[in-house]
Amino acid sequence: MLIDPDGSVATQDAWQLPDHDTLLAAYAALVTGRRLNDQCYALVRQGRLAVYPSSHGQEACQVAAAQVLGEGDWMFPTYRDTVASVTRGLDPVEVLTLLKGDWHCGYDPTKHLVAPQATPLATQLPHAVGVAHAARLKGEATVVMALCGDGATSEGDFHEALNFAAVFRAPVVFFIQNNQYAISVPLSRQSVAPSLAHKGVGYGVPGERVDGNDAAALLAVLRAAVSRARAGEGPQLVEAHTYRMQAHTNADDATRYREEDEVAAWVARDPLTRLEIFLRAEGVLTDEIAERLTKDAERVAQHTRDGLNLDVRPNHEDLFQHIYAEPTPQLREQQALVADELTRELTVTGAPA
Amino acid sequence: MSHEKLTMAQALNRALRDAMAEDSTVLVLGEDVGPLGGVFRVTDGLTAEFGEDRCFDTPLAEAGIMGMAVGLAMNGMRPVVEMQFDAFAYPAFEQVVSHVAKMRNRTRGAVSLPMVIRVPYAGGIGGVEHHCDSSEAYYAHTPGLHVVAPATPADAYGLLRSAIASADPVVFLEPKKLYWAKDEVDLAEAVPPIGRAVVRREGTDATLIAYGPSVPVALEAAAVASQEGRSLQVVDVRSIVPFDDETVCTAVRSTGRAVVVAEASGFASVASEIVARVTERCFHSLAAPVRRVTGFDIPFPPPKLEHLQLPGVDRVLDAVDDLQWDES
Repeated sequence: MLIDPDGSVATQDAWQLPDHDTLLAAYAALVTGRRLNDQCYALVRQGRLAVYPSSHGQEACQVAAAQVLGEGDWMFPTYRDTVASVTRGLDPVEVLTLLKGDWHCGYDPTKHLVAPQATPLATQLPHAVGVAHAARLKGEATVVMALCGDGATSEGDFHEALNFAAVFRAPVVFFIQNNQYAISVPLSRQSVAPSLAHKGVGYGVPGERVDGNDAAALLAVLRAAVSRARAGEGPQLVEAHTYRMQAHTNADDATRYREEDEVAAWVARDPLTRLEIFLRAEGVLTDEIAERLTKDAERVAQHTRDGLNLDVRPNHEDLFQHIYAEPTPQLREQQALVADELTRELTVTGAPA
Repeated sequence: MSHEKLTMAQALNRALRDAMAEDSTVLVLGEDVGPLGGVFRVTDGLTAEFGEDRCFDTPLAEAGIMGMAVGLAMNGMRPVVEMQFDAFAYPAFEQVVSHVAKMRNRTRGAVSLPMVIRVPYAGGIGGVEHHCDSSEAYYAHTPGLHVVAPATPADAYGLLRSAIASADPVVFLEPKKLYWAKDEVDLAEAVPPIGRAVVRREGTDATLIAYGPSVPVALEAAAVASQEGRSLQVVDVRSIVPFDDETVCTAVRSTGRAVVVAEASGFASVASEIVARVTERCFHSLAAPVRRVTGFDIPFPPPKLEHLQLPGVDRVLDAVDDLQWDES
């Protein structure tokens, strides 16, 4: 921890507080990220999103994971990492295509070097190792930020990815957002290890724990891990201790498995509040700047609303176009069948199918 | 000089070597594929020739191997992974189904995965438990994968070159019992495209449809049948996905009778799919229902009993005898 929940600086010999510009940029992204989370929550209730796994309360992790990366670096997000992907530069409307249900991955992963959001747990982590290893073979200085949650650390792919990364000295930063719950199952049922960061020990991967609600600490720790990986010193595991303030998704009822006062205790540790207090005390954040950041965030929310309120007519041809580079003869037949059905539907109803 | 007599294992090795020499993004990875050259020696000499950045051993974890290959392919490489045995490939199954097969579709074509999954496949070598599965139906049932099974050294060479050149992931099933079968290979010959079956033997009375390890069985059955006065045509499917309806159905229409031969258990199998496809398309040309000769619906038996599980010449000929000749 570098900044306390009350906004004061915690003395740390090992870690340097990031400079004011970096922290203000982080704060700006936090404000936007929080606004985006709240906007998406509302869009679910309005029926514009099928579902939204919110990172409300985890925004410091989201923002730091994206902001420590350089231009040629890759990020591998999960379904809860919408804010991280947007901070990385993706259009929120494209990121939310998955949760809106128009298509699976709504963005071109090669454009911003952000892999498709992974919904199966931990399966994206070996991919991160492969991307990192390919970069090394090509002589590129790429670092890969691989995100996962506490639940994913129980999956085999998590362990295989750590081991492969270590054996190949792949430049991967494995970043666990330990938000204490995998849907309803608490951390105590995932692991009895002293910490999730300890899980690197068996693979020769150094582990670091960090306060996941302290953007300053996250930026310092993740940046060091990225530098270390870029210097060829191999992968690192970082565990951020944070909390999922809302239910797993809107379809979940968190009151069935956790007490209100547990949630209340984490409100006091909100990642936005402490950075705001600190930046105001330092004179970096003024009312004027705060107002501008709120407006910027509102613009992102507005853009997201507008995009999601737009009814995109799904293209039925997409169903068959992207299975193979060239559709098989069988797929061509099936595509023709659907096209014929839709034409007949049009003839009967007179309405566009 | 381009004609050489090669075993299937040597032909595969040659295909890997030639592809690696032509394209520096082609990588080979897996268990024991490095200095050892693979347990079937298919990758023999590749590490020595191309270095350990190009052909390398990995930790012993199939999901990790497959997942790493996905990432390598995402970042400009053409990985060829070896699953050491068919039945040892299952830990990688989630990676294959959820990622290898779906990446192009998930990203609407923005990310393709040009990778090859080599699988030493099927029985007939006296392998102990978990070394002899015919797992083609699992892969063939998964949209997004090409699935091929060569039956000759020449096709092994050509199809592997095509698979490595493909923009899509290819599951490459190598019949273990044919690894040591020798034949002429013309390395200069144009490589067969994935998706085309081939008529291996002409015949007029009935068509045997087979792939991989069952092709030699079908050919032997046809040879025996000809001595008994029956002319059997043999079609080698070669490419299970995409399936060559055209060649297979043209063949069946020409004879009016068909038997599908495959080692895998028959229930919900590729053989069943072939029967359904042929029946749907050739019904009016058929003089008898299409028969299947497949493995029984049992786990692969121990070595001393596997001869009862594998379709043999007699069982194939019995099925041919059953094709309602008297009623026609």
